[in-house]
Amino acid sequence: MQDATTLKEYRDQCQEAIDDEFLRKAMDSFAKAYRTNRVKAFAGMNEKALIAEIAGAKDAAIVRLPELYEEFRAKAEQAGVHVHLAKTAAEANEIICQIAKDNGCQKIVKSKSMTAEETLLNHRLEADGLEVTETDLGEWIIQLRHEGPSHMVMPAIHLSRYQVADLFTDVTKKEQDSDIEKLVKVARRELRAKYIEADMGISGANFAVVETGAIGLVTNEGNARLVTTLPRVHVALCGVDKLTPTLHDALRIIKALPRNATGQAITSYVTWITGANACATGPQGKKEYHIVFLDNGRLAMAQDPDFRQILRCVRCGACANVCPVYRMVGGHRMGHIYIGAIGLLLTYFFHGRDKAKNLVQNCINCGACKEACVAGIDLPRLIKKVHARIQDEEGHALPSVLLGKVMSNRKLFHTLLKTAKWGQKPIKDGSTGYLRHLPMIFGKGQDFRALPGVADKAFRDEWPEIRPQVDNPRYRVALFSGCVQDFVYPEQMKAGVRVMDGHGVAMEYPMGQSCCGLPLVMMGESGPARDVAEQNVKAMDPSKFDYIITLCASCASHLKHTYPRMLGDDPELAEKARVFSEKVIDFSSFVYDVLGVGKDDFKEEGGQGKTAYHSPCHLCRGLGVTEAPRELLRQSGLNYAPSAEEDVCCGFGGTFSMKFPAESRELLHKKLDNVKASGAGELVSDCPGCVMQLRGGAEMRKDGLRVRHIAEALAERKK
Amino acid sequence: MQTIQDMMDTFIDKAELVSAKVSRVKTLEEAFAYTVALCDGKEMCPLLVSGCELNLSEPSMQLCREKTGKIVAAPGLDTEGTASLRALCEGKGLELIDHGLRRHLGGLDIGFTVCDLGIAETGTLVLDSSSEEVRLATMVCETHVAVLPQSKLRATSFDAEPELLEFMASTPNYLSFITGASRTADIERVLALGVHGPLELHILLWEDK
Ligand code: SF4
Ligand code: SF4
Repeated sequence: MQDATTLKEYRDQCQEAIDDEFLRKAMDSFAKAYRTNRVKAFAGMNEKALIAEIAGAKDAAIVRLPELYEEFRAKAEQAGVHVHLAKTAAEANEIICQIAKDNGCQKIVKSKSMTAEETLLNHRLEADGLEVTETDLGEWIIQLRHEGPSHMVMPAIHLSRYQVADLFTDVTKKEQDSDIEKLVKVARRELRAKYIEADMGISGANFAVVETGAIGLVTNEGNARLVTTLPRVHVALCGVDKLTPTLHDALRIIKALPRNATGQAITSYVTWITGANACATGPQGKKEYHIVFLDNGRLAMAQDPDFRQILRCVRCGACANVCPVYRMVGGHRMGHIYIGAIGLLLTYFFHGRDKAKNLVQNCINCGACKEACVAGIDLPRLIKKVHARIQDEEGHALPSVLLGKVMSNRKLFHTLLKTAKWGQKPIKDGSTGYLRHLPMIFGKGQDFRALPGVADKAFRDEWPEIRPQVDNPRYRVALFSGCVQDFVYPEQMKAGVRVMDGHGVAMEYPMGQSCCGLPLVMMGESGPARDVAEQNVKAMDPSKFDYIITLCASCASHLKHTYPRMLGDDPELAEKARVFSEKVIDFSSFVYDVLGVGKDDFKEEGGQGKTAYHSPCHLCRGLGVTEAPRELLRQSGLNYAPSAEEDVCCGFGGTFSMKFPAESRELLHKKLDNVKASGAGELVSDCPGCVMQLRGGAEMRKDGLRVRHIAEALAERKK
Repeated sequence: MQTIQDMMDTFIDKAELVSAKVSRVKTLEEAFAYTVALCDGKEMCPLLVSGCELNLSEPSMQLCREKTGKIVAAPGLDTEGTASLRALCEGKGLELIDHGLRRHLGGLDIGFTVCDLGIAETGTLVLDSSSEEVRLATMVCETHVAVLPQSKLRATSFDAEPELLEFMASTPNYLSFITGASRTADIERVLALGVHGPLELHILLWEDK
């Protein structure tokens, strides 16, 4: 449970987690195994279509939740169920305590429910003197340790068998072996006794099916069946978002949820309870059965046209499983109660700004969660949006405001960058181009990578001299450089121009272009981010070009996906932004797919050594480009050497690496270790940000690894 | 449209993937004989149910001592079926119970049921568990022996949907999908079977047509 009050405190807690050797090992092996299992689980299925269907059905239900609730209630009441709707978490807890009181209950067994974690139900029940036992093995373990879950599906993933053995030794007052199978059996027997004594069972619900009035429970252990069978009272606590019109909707989700959660085709048990069932110890041989629906902000969220998609979530936990930040810091740091990407969002809505304000900053925007989400939620974008909202509510931090002000004024921004060239003179190493020591503004902990200084001459100032003359062009294109290639790495742009030269491409570099605005989004500065978007769309009239080419994966993905959304509400710009974004293409795709550059364009004799490739987040997931750059490496004789986890983030994430240097460093080192293992002497990528991070890291580690933009490597191989 | 044979193959494949043991029987009698033989084999029905050999707390030890013989529970059978299974059990000195399962929460050896539907794509059994005795028999036992009539096999959950809805329409209803044994991976992500429910699931595909 993450509850640091300041960003510094939060950062320190993350550092502790990074230093926890067991956690790191456990998380690493989990992340790797999960990726393989997930692919296997969805093999032969049309995963994207299934996700789209789930999202569509959920969206249709979300807009009529109040109505669905009424229908469900009528149906369930007919079958002898007591149905309640709680506005807040506290209200839900009160209702449940009252049910316990009315029925004279003393001992409660619970099966896993994230919703009950959300309301902190156990604390409230215990305050009334009730004895509560979690029966899901993982939940029981963390309950005994007085901890919150560190994963939504595997709540005790942060613990070792030895810790569990010690815990069980305390509980049974008998020495326990650390053999996992034995520990599971001990739990089996100890918990069996608890079920027998209990007079109330509390479960969650994965579905509340309106057409039948049934709840559906998806579990592996089978504890939910005992919890809903043995005690004479059953209370199901269920978010209103779990209302689903038909059984078909639920069956469809079941095709995806276990696969995405644990790589299983289906869980061991799926239980459908319709009405108050037989119960030998209940009044008149029937179960006293209550369903408590929890609103806690969900109904209001359902009214928000953008944020309402959060309610599609089926709690599979995949957005944590694939998150590189979760992998480093674990669930207790990557969430308050709900964990992973969805946790960052839900914390804000369910637990408030204070609990969320540090958390939401700990997202590197790599897009891995979005790609894995079985409900098709645009998690990274919504995380940035919540971040921006919190800044609007709390007031923006001064550096953030300044950055926004400076960057939305292109002339001022560019003048400052050019002036920096003079300011850095004393600290920039003339031969390497790296800054010898970092200026104060970079803050602490940045020395894990060497950072480059500003180039002597910006690309925009060189352009008039290097612009190729093209008669009868096949394509008219505009180049979008982004700040890094304009002012730090102009050589990458020049290399790109050289690769495209001779293929009938008339290139222009519109001078009014500015920063793409992504760094501003990352800082939660949505106003200035929109301003620069407008400037760029106005600076390069899309109707004049066949393509808008950028060598920066992050710029490309931002221009393509965010501009139409950001400018969509402006009647004058909406159409222009749409056309603009359609024409945006990344360098590798343009060169390989459009120009058809291949073997014949490159030198015949093969290159020396092997070349590894880093697949930038914003290229492989942001734009879905995976083959073009790898093909170019093969065709150009660069001897592409595949390495492990090529598509995992390098840790740059723009301003993220400034805010969370320890995490950035870990990701960087992991990446460089994988490259090293491939035996490559050179590493290329399609993004100047990634190059900056990787080159700076390789320099500090003295890896002897040459890191370049793919354009530079290709230009050198060109005939 | 899949043929019965395709469905059977898929079903067996998927069920075995989750470590269910699948066999074929021609008659219900054969299924009874299988069950009794399984329990009679020493390995399968030890006096001490699993976990009871370990270092448990005092109250849990007490619960372990409640089981004194080998027990087969088959609460869902008709009178005729019950009688013939009982005869077989008694021949081997096993106790057959068909009600009052709450008196046996300490442990049962085998829970025997005839399932209502099967779903081939996931190797899933569908069991109407509206009877509390059926629920307990399939949860408290060490081994669940489930007979699945071949005629009740459906290719996908969507294909089974109309029948599922029918079950749910006659309230109250408690319907279970069962796929493999009870499992957990909550400690170090290591798979362990039988955390709360059965440690083993035996499926007997009954060629009822
Ligand atoms: S975008 Fe990447 S870092 Fe951010 S929450 Fe998603 S997976 Fe984690
Ligand atoms: S947001 Fe998506 S990936 Fe994350 S738990 Fe919810 S459904 Fe799963």
